[in-house]
Amino acid sequence: MSKIHVSTTVNGDEVEFLCDPRETLLDCLRDKLNLTGAKEGCGTGDCGACSVTLDDRLVCSCLVLGAEAEGKTVSTVEGMAEGESLHPLQQKFIEYAALQCGICTPGILVATKALLDKNPDPTESEVRYWLAGNLCRCTGYDKIIRAIMDTAADLREAS
Amino acid sequence: MALDEPKTTDFKYVGTRPDRPDGFDKVTGRAKFGADMSAPGMLHAAILRSPHAHARILSIDTSEAEAMKGVKAVVTRADFSKNVPFESGLSGEFWNILENVMAGEKALYDGHAVAAVAATSALDARDALKLIKVDYEVLPHVTDVDAAMASGAPVLRKGAADSSVPEGLHPNVVRYHESGHGDVEAGFTAADLVIEDSFVTEATHQGYIEPHACLATLGSDGKGELWCTTQGHWHAQKVCAALLDLETSQLRVTASEIGGGFGGKTTVFIEPVALALARKANRSVKLVMNRSEVFRATGPTSSTSMDIKIGMTKDGKITAAKGVFCLQGGAFPGAPCDESAMCAFAPYNLENVLQVGYDVMSNRPKQAAYRAPGSPMAAFAVESVIDELCKKLNLDPIDIRLKNAAHTGSKSSFGPRFDAIGLVETLEAAKAHPHYSAPLKPGQGRGISCGFWFNHGGETAVSLALSEDGTAQISVGTPDIGGSRASMALMAAEELGIPYDHIRCTIADTATLGYNEISHGSRVTYASGLATIKAARDAVEKLCKRAAAKWGIPEEAVKWQDGFAVPSGPNAGDFDPIPLKDLTADMGATGGPIVGHFEASPEGAGVSFATHLVDAEVDPETGKTEILRYTVVQDAGKAIHPTYVEGQYQGGAAQGIGWALNEEYIYGDDGRLQNAGFLDYRIPLASDLPMIDTVIIEVPNPGHPYGVRGVGETSICPPLAAIANAVSAASGVRLRQLPMSPPRIVAALKNQSNG
Ligand code: FES
Ligand code: FES
Repeated sequence: MSKIHVSTTVNGDEVEFLCDPRETLLDCLRDKLNLTGAKEGCGTGDCGACSVTLDDRLVCSCLVLGAEAEGKTVSTVEGMAEGESLHPLQQKFIEYAALQCGICTPGILVATKALLDKNPDPTESEVRYWLAGNLCRCTGYDKIIRAIMDTAADLREAS
Repeated sequence: MALDEPKTTDFKYVGTRPDRPDGFDKVTGRAKFGADMSAPGMLHAAILRSPHAHARILSIDTSEAEAMKGVKAVVTRADFSKNVPFESGLSGEFWNILENVMAGEKALYDGHAVAAVAATSALDARDALKLIKVDYEVLPHVTDVDAAMASGAPVLRKGAADSSVPEGLHPNVVRYHESGHGDVEAGFTAADLVIEDSFVTEATHQGYIEPHACLATLGSDGKGELWCTTQGHWHAQKVCAALLDLETSQLRVTASEIGGGFGGKTTVFIEPVALALARKANRSVKLVMNRSEVFRATGPTSSTSMDIKIGMTKDGKITAAKGVFCLQGGAFPGAPCDESAMCAFAPYNLENVLQVGYDVMSNRPKQAAYRAPGSPMAAFAVESVIDELCKKLNLDPIDIRLKNAAHTGSKSSFGPRFDAIGLVETLEAAKAHPHYSAPLKPGQGRGISCGFWFNHGGETAVSLALSEDGTAQISVGTPDIGGSRASMALMAAEELGIPYDHIRCTIADTATLGYNEISHGSRVTYASGLATIKAARDAVEKLCKRAAAKWGIPEEAVKWQDGFAVPSGPNAGDFDPIPLKDLTADMGATGGPIVGHFEASPEGAGVSFATHLVDAEVDPETGKTEILRYTVVQDAGKAIHPTYVEGQYQGGAAQGIGWALNEEYIYGDDGRLQNAGFLDYRIPLASDLPMIDTVIIEVPNPGHPYGVRGVGETSICPPLAAIANAVSAASGVRLRQLPMSPPRIVAALKNQSNG
């Protein structure tokens, strides 16, 4: 099968790759661009470990074809920190121990950032339901939710 | 192991909550998990799996796949060792693993591996699988535990039963356990009320979000490299070497960052396959499972069928307890029926107790450990009956548990007397907790349960090297599954007297340290922790020696205090204390590198108990249960990093909630798994759970220098029963089958109103 040439922007960088029409955006990020921050937990859109944003829309990159990234803008966990400084969410996740094994963390961070960009003042329930597509098997979510609520409060204060 | 009295007070670093050293890598996406590693010229592999629950493999034709462009190697069972002996029970565990990793004469469950391909791309490898022709003769199958024990059930494999199994049982019963003491029949006669009941639980999966993944390199020179996500890379090394006729030391295994295991990554599934392909292709091979493979072919828990009988006097004294625990463990021996039996009544101080366990094979994947294997199901059955007794006799469930509680020095249900334990303390804390007295609304119910797990020590080696600038690096051999790198650094900081931030803890590969048993049995903070403390003390001894030489006094005249060598008393001489970094600065000239070691198999892992409180509300119309409030009270012995202890408590409780309410393996009549994905096998979501409150009790374990007990597993023991008891209180029906999914609750309510 002949390959498709894709030009896209990932975390602000212009990139190109060749992909099989069947390959997902997640496959392309991980295997072609060496951006292994997004994880494959299921490949079927059920776990959220592969969460990225595509033109500012939160998606499961396992459900998007690599070819669909053509001309679009992709953001992954690797693009969250600015230079040496971590994003406040990243900082708070460490501080609150909102991660154990950390396999869900990139997806949860990307998904949460997308939430706070839209809604800087979510209730606990809103956070819980927004993250219903991001599975974490280690933490019971308690410390994740606390870290997020606290980050949101800090960001509101700062703005 | 003889130990001094544990140090329990005046800690400077232990008990604080610094950031975890792996946090930065994990929030930035740079942490390398199993599937995140690549090698130049690497191939991708895929595994062909049986669509049948039970079938004889008549032939496998791989020729077309081998001829496909891009395919570099195809392996079947013929490519693995022929020198692994078949033996009965668990003595033949290498054979069991080999047979599980790649089917021999028969496919034993839906998803059993029968062949594998390595190709230049993952898509090619998957396409090539379709070209492999397997001729199966489909055989009758059995997936239910009671059915598998019944006469006439299809026999999975003759000769698998070991000598523990009494005469006359079905060949699928492969191990038997019996323990207890006293006279249960006399005890039941002395009771005012005896309740006898049966319970069943379905298999659940550990549900780690990271599928199994590895990267293997192996040459025909017999030397190999393996990178994999595992709880025990020395174990992986040993098993892979045996299955492929390699010398153990020639295979170096490196553990990746591990994306959850919970017991499910204590064995190997794909690693030998990747190595066999790598050897055949003479290229590095990456093999990553997809989620469906994880469900179909890696270890879920056992499913169970249990009969419990408990007698009680009117004032709440348990007079006798008996339990029969039948555990289905898939197509191989190893279901933890002995653990179920031994944990079942452990929270109680009983005069008369008898517990029996059956390990039963069926056409399902080989069960694997899942957090306190065997204990949660047993607690579900036993603690449900205790709850019923309390209800019928109108007794407070905490008072009754306190009245019968095992305590320091009491004889355990499984034999030995308990050393220092903290069950009573957890019950008292639960009773005093505001949760226990908080008002409930109509339709809501409160449940409580105790839980028990043994914990484990095991082979452990640690080395601690000091650097010239006065910092330290610890090499441990137990993959970090719960924040252990932080805990090790805290314990080393305490001993060395240097700040936590000056210590880096690394998980060493198999070439770097002596054998380290798997990260299982909640053993890491206990055993690697003990080894880290001992290694630090060894380094300190060497530091004191250097100081003694500088001062020209005997070694015994130097002691270590808060990061400084100091003269041990006025007679030792009057010298200024020397800080650690002054001793390491010129260590090359004063005797060479300073490294502390410890290698042993510590045996003082303290057992642990927990008490959980839960409030639930049941919607009678839909049968949906909502968890309103949850409190975990557990004895940690000593919490080295309290935040991570809380994390273990919360994680165990959340998994228990899933097990109690939703999670189950569903098999069709055809013996195929019907819900091999996260959509249909639904683990708890953020929107399903409340905050999970935690109370850390600290009753020091005399077997650890700081009193540590393992904490990772006990937290999953009480939730199943606690939730069942809350559901019963809320809805008025007693569910004896897990999970208590909405359809089952609706059916139970309907039954009750009809009956
Ligand atoms: S990997 Fe995409 S949702 Fe799970
Ligand atoms: S931290 Fe392990 S899955 Fe979330």
